[in-house]
Parts: sequence; structure tokens; C-alpha cells
Amino acid sequence: MPTLLSAWFNSHQPNLHPPSFYSLSLFRSSHPPPSPNPTLAMALSRFASSSRSGSLLKPLSSAISLRRPISTDTTPITLETSVPFTAHQCEAPSRTVQTSANELLTFFRDMALMRRMEIAADSLYKAKLIRGFCHLYDGQEAVAVGMEAALTKKDCIITAYRDHCTFMARGGTLLEVFAELMGRQAGCSRGKGGSMHFYKKDSNFYGGHGIVGAQVPLGCGLAFAQKYSKDEAVTFALYGDGAANQGQLFEALNISALWDLPAILVCENNHYGMGTAEWRAAKSPAYYKRGDYAPGLKVDGMDVLAVKQACTFAKEHALKNGPIILEMDTYRYHGHSMSDPGSTYRTRDEITGVRQERDPIERIRKLILSHDLATEKELKDIEKEVRKEVDDAIAQAKENPVPESSELFTNVYAKGLGVESFGADRKEVRATLP
Amino acid sequence: MAAIFQGVGAAATLSSSPSNSFVPKKFLTSPRRSFCVRKVPSSVVVRSDGSVNFDLNSKSRRAQQLVANAVATKADSSAASSSSNPGHELLLFEALREGLEEEMERDPCVCVMGEDVGHYGGSYKVTKDLAKKFGDLRVLDTPIAENSFTGMGIGAAMTGLRPVVEGMNMGFLLLAFNQISNNCGMLHYTSGGQFTIPIVIRGPGGVGRQLGAEHSQRLESYFQSIPGIQMVACSTPYNAKGLMKAAIRSENPVILFEHVLLYNLKERIPDEDYICNLEEAEMVRPGEHVTILTYSRMRYHVMQAAKTLVNKGYDPEVIDIRSLKPFDLYTIGNSVKKTHRVVIVEECMRTGGIGASLTAAITENFNDYLDAPIMCLSSQDVPTPYAGTLEEWTVVQPAQIVTAVEQLCQ
Repeated sequence: MPTLLSAWFNSHQPNLHPPSFYSLSLFRSSHPPPSPNPTLAMALSRFASSSRSGSLLKPLSSAISLRRPISTDTTPITLETSVPFTAHQCEAPSRTVQTSANELLTFFRDMALMRRMEIAADSLYKAKLIRGFCHLYDGQEAVAVGMEAALTKKDCIITAYRDHCTFMARGGTLLEVFAELMGRQAGCSRGKGGSMHFYKKDSNFYGGHGIVGAQVPLGCGLAFAQKYSKDEAVTFALYGDGAANQGQLFEALNISALWDLPAILVCENNHYGMGTAEWRAAKSPAYYKRGDYAPGLKVDGMDVLAVKQACTFAKEHALKNGPIILEMDTYRYHGHSMSDPGSTYRTRDEITGVRQERDPIERIRKLILSHDLATEKELKDIEKEVRKEVDDAIAQAKENPVPESSELFTNVYAKGLGVESFGADRKEVRATLP
Repeated sequence: MAAIFQGVGAAATLSSSPSNSFVPKKFLTSPRRSFCVRKVPSSVVVRSDGSVNFDLNSKSRRAQQLVANAVATKADSSAASSSSNPGHELLLFEALREGLEEEMERDPCVCVMGEDVGHYGGSYKVTKDLAKKFGDLRVLDTPIAENSFTGMGIGAAMTGLRPVVEGMNMGFLLLAFNQISNNCGMLHYTSGGQFTIPIVIRGPGGVGRQLGAEHSQRLESYFQSIPGIQMVACSTPYNAKGLMKAAIRSENPVILFEHVLLYNLKERIPDEDYICNLEEAEMVRPGEHVTILTYSRMRYHVMQAAKTLVNKGYDPEVIDIRSLKPFDLYTIGNSVKKTHRVVIVEECMRTGGIGASLTAAITENFNDYLDAPIMCLSSQDVPTPYAGTLEEWTVVQPAQIVTAVEQLCQ
């Protein structure tokens, strides 16, 4: 939306604070940034604030062969989402969002990482290192990143099979992703789950489910457990526009509304249920309204700030008033899975159109550049760095061994039951009653 | 049919098996069967008029001299009542309720979900008054939505709660098959061990009194292949309470099969806290001539047949297998080694039932100890009819069991 972008640019004052400098970290953003080198930083900052363009600095930086630090400023920037929210049975949250340079750059990095990861998975699948089903999330990164920004690790997320990026957002590592995709020991599910079964219990990420729609009752069960244990946390149960027609969804929503559970049902509407367009599958494609008695909100799922705003709103709402539905209007560039070319039911023009107009990473890139939070080159450097990370992880995962044959039989049952009994194979010694 | 009191002295209170305490050494078979080509066991056709036909694999049978006056050793019932504590008498559904209540008191994570379990008290009164005692958050009335509330139970179990999901009739759980199979059974495995699902799914099943085809289903045959779940069937108040408690305490998902016709059985059970081993079978009546394996309601048909058999001079060994998945091949194997003849009496249908799997398991593991092909008496492969007489012919009757044993022990 170019007009809106210029509207941002004109209506908001550019950030006049000199960005505080930290040298560019080569590690993931989870590591604390190293402390700045004061003299050099001061020298560079004076150059930066005086001239708004990077051109003056380029020869300098290349001469000194230093990397120019990127803004990690946390002073708030006020922006507006691309489109206002549409609400059903509730008050829509405001379009105005607060963010910061740090946050925007984190968003950019995370989404670039996810994008790179999915493209790499595509190549690995074509090289037959990943088998079976592989459902890629590129195009939808904003939903995963924006949602994570609004939540804590105490909140639960459960999703369907397009789960690689959601797993990453919840704190998974690239090695765990690629090892699991390739069926190796270091995978998050020890190689026994595969692409559709990523889980991370310590970050309350509950997967990773292959059967369409089955995760929504599970998600409402998670919300029930949260209410039961008085956790003051919420559950986000994600599903697609295809799953939105599953009966169990409405059953679960009914029970959640009756029992006042802190469940947020998020429909990631990428407009195609595998090969069937939404208008052919749903009589009412206004998924946010289909909760009827449950309030709903329609969100531009390609705008990470809108997603974050909506999720924050939804969390507050669910803790007070019970279930709410969020519809994320998003898009996937790949087909449904790697066996689907993705072009038999939609035109290539449509795909390229969305990529040009609504791509989430491009949106953030333009925001960052227009607010001068970083230069083109820095962003390109981030992307290069991310690419290297992904390549390293793939190399490491390729080295990782496949599971031992004995792993076939582990984890079928949980042993050590704590009652006087034998294990299922009758080999354990009797344990005694606690 | 009076249930036989199983407790034997003080050992009964804490031991999981009331009869001979098994030393768990030298256990020869594990559930991991070798996938060798196995002989097709001969099948028994039990006709509706009670006649039994079976084709024998011509194997040399030992000419067994049957003891004419075999004494039916009663399962220590007289010894039992002389135990230190008299216990208390109750009906099977009360025993289930007692077990559930004790576990709910013991562990605040235990909750019950089902249709009409709360305010109504349960359609079979298993959860009567529990809602009053524990509140609406622990005894939850659900709408009629098996798929989703079973899914919710499983989701809650993933976080560490211990829900007990009641299907008002086991047949209704067919609607939740996806949740039970994919999520309940498999999540522990597909998550690489990250999540355990300590859920209990229970409900009455089996052929009742003219309830019609859809309300007389035997779901154990459909669920038996699901990896990762355990299945148990209770048959007496003693093992009902014990199995309920053990199922709730287990970290694995357990499906507890009750039977519609057994809820009003009366028995005297111990006062103390006890549990029954989930994977163990129960020796109902030790014997020498033939092993009769059964579970749930058929146990009583078998015991009735056993009386007749004893009068005729046979000495059947009756084992209530209790654990439908995994089979207690230890107990069963010891019995087969002793008697060399097996009759399986089950309520599942002939095709794909528990009996079919048990026949295969015994044949694979104990083929050398068998003197004759295994006889498997099952229900007919028909939807259960409404008419009373037809319904009777659908399930195995004691007369058919007697005939089968006689033919096997010739």
C-alpha cells in the first residue's frame, strides 16, 4: 500500500534521537548484545545524526572495515496499522501501535530467518532429504512473529501442520528444525514426529498436528487447564480457513464459551484450503464472524504490528470474557505442501501481486528504511547473516545421526508409573505405592 | 451371580494380584512378538442353536485321563472373609465412584468430564454427588460433543491435569475416534516423549438388555490397535475400584471398559487403599484341564458354565484377562503351559475382536504347549438385534461354553 506508506512518512516525525550503537552481533538475537565501544561509537554517531544518509559513512566504514552498528533503540515509535481492524461483537482495538526500533529490527530479523528457513526446507525437500509432507509458511511469517511478541512463554500456542515458523518463534533452534525434518536424533521430537509434529514443552508450544481441526479442541483443553490451575495465561489455538469448517471447532468454541475459558481461536486465513478457494468451501468466509456469540476480529495478517496489536487485545479480552476469534488475513506463497505446485488453483500473477504489495518482510523493511533505523546495506547484511545461520544449521543437521533402532519402541508408553505395577513389557521390577 | 471375593489375607490389600503372587522373573515372552509366519488357528463356529463345529488341525492329542471327581477349588472365598478387616459391601458402580472419589481427594489435578456427570449425577450414577462435593470446575457437564470434549480432555492432560472422560456409552466414543487414536495414543511418541497423556477414558459398553444395535457396541475391538494406549476391562467391584484408581494414577492413557449389565453387582471389598495392576490378569479359578480366558461380563457366563463343567468332572482354569492391551501373556502363558488347552470366551465379534488378537498372540508364543487348537467363542458378526431371543443368540451363552470345553477336552 504505497499511499499509506507515504502517509506514515509524512504524518510522523522522524526519530531525532541518535541511535545508540552496538556492534553487530554475529550470534542470534537471544544473546545479549556486547557492550559498545564508546570512542568509536561516539565518532560514528556524530556522523550518523548529522547526515541522514549512509552514503557519507560507506567509504569510512569500508575503509575502517568495521560493521556499522544497527539501531537497538527502545524509544517508542508510534505507527498505524495498514488497515483498521474489523470487529464482531466487540470494540476493535485502535489502529495506532507503539513499537520501537529494536522491536522492528527484531521483527525483521526473525521474519527473514523464518523465510530463509522455509526456502531452505524447500530445497532440502527437492533434494529428497526431507520426505513425506512438508508444509511451508513463507508469506505468513508475520502471524507467528507478531503473535509471539504479544505473548509470554506461559501462554500456550497450538497449531496445525504448518508449524515450522511457529516453533521457531517459540524458541526453537534451527538445528532442531532441520534435524527433525530430516529425521535425525537432534530433532525436537527425536526424529519420530516429522514436519507436522514439532513440539516444545518448555515454551508451551503444543504442536504440530496433522489432522485438520483436531488441534482446536486440544487448544481449548489447554485453556481449560490454564483456568483450572489459575495460571492467568491464555491459549492461542491456530487453524486455517480449511479447518474453519470442521464441526469440532464449533463444539469446542461452544464449550469454551460456556465454561469461560481463556481460549483464542486464530484462523490463519490464507484463502485456500489446499486446492479449494475459501469461497468454494465456506458459505460464509467471514471467519471472524462465525463464532456467532463469540466476539471476533479481522486482522491484516501480513502486518506484523497489526497482528501484535490484535493478539495483545485478544489476550486481555480472553482473560476477562472468554473465547474470542481472530481472523488473520494472510497468504502463503508456496502451495499447500511440497507436493502441491500452488499454481493450479490460483494464478502466478496473484502470487506475485501479493508478494509485491503485501509481503510482511518488505513492509518492515520499508518501515525501517523510511524511519532511518538502519540502512539498506545493514538489512542486507542481516539477511546474509541469517542465510549463513541457516546453512550452518543444515550442515550440522546433515551430520547428525539417524535415531537408533531401539528408539522405535521408546516413548510408546510412559514408564515409571509410580504404582505397584509392571511396565507394559513386564520387565520392570515392582514399584511400590507412594 | 455373586461376585467372588478376591482378597486373600493381608497380602491382598497391597498386592496387585489377589491370588498367587507372581515372581516377575524368567518371564519368557515380551509383547514384541516375532513376526514369524503363524499357523492359522482353527475357528469355531458357534451356531445359534448352541451346536459347535470346529475343524481340528490333525495334531496328535495327548490322551488325557480326566479326573472324574475334579474338585472345583473355590477361589479362597472362605479364607478371604477371615482376613483381618471385614471390608464393606457395595455395588460395582459405587465401587467405581469410591475409587474416583478417593483419587479426586488425593490429587487435585483429577477432574471428570462427561455428559450429565455433574448435576445429574451420571447416567449410571458413577459420579453421583461428586459435583456437590468437588464443584463445577472439577466435575464438568459437557454438551453432547464427544469429539471436542475428548479432545479437550487430551489437551488438558498434555499440561499435566488428569481428566477422567466419561462416554455415556462407549459407542458414542466412536465420534471421538480421531482424538483417541491420533492425539491420545500417539502424542507421547510423536513428541519424542515430551508430553504424557495421563487421561482415563471410561464408560459402559457391551451388549445390554435389548438396547439396540448402536447402544450395544464393543469398542475394545476397534481401539485395540491404537499404539500408546492401555485398555482394561473391569468385572467385579473389587477390580473396578482397583483399576479405576490405577488408571487415574497411570501416566499413560487408559481406556477403562465397564459393562452396562454389571453395574449392580454386589461384593465386599477391603476398606484400605488398594489398586489393581493395570497389566495383570486375574486368576478366577485355578484348574488343570483347560484354560478359559475371558473378561468383563462373559466372566459370569464362564463361571456359570464352570459350575456345570465341574459337575461333569472337568477342572477348568478360569482367567479374567482384565488387561486387554497389553495382554498379560505371563499369566496366560503359565496357564497354557499347565493345561495345554485354551478356550477364549469374549463378547466382541468374531472378526477382529480381542479374542482374535489373543488367539494370535497365544499361538505365536505358546504354540508348542498347545495340545489342541485354540477355541475362540465370540459374539456373532451381526449388529445386535432388539428382539430378546435374537440378542441372546448374539452373545456366547454358558451352554455353548460347556459344549466347547467338552469338545476340546475329548
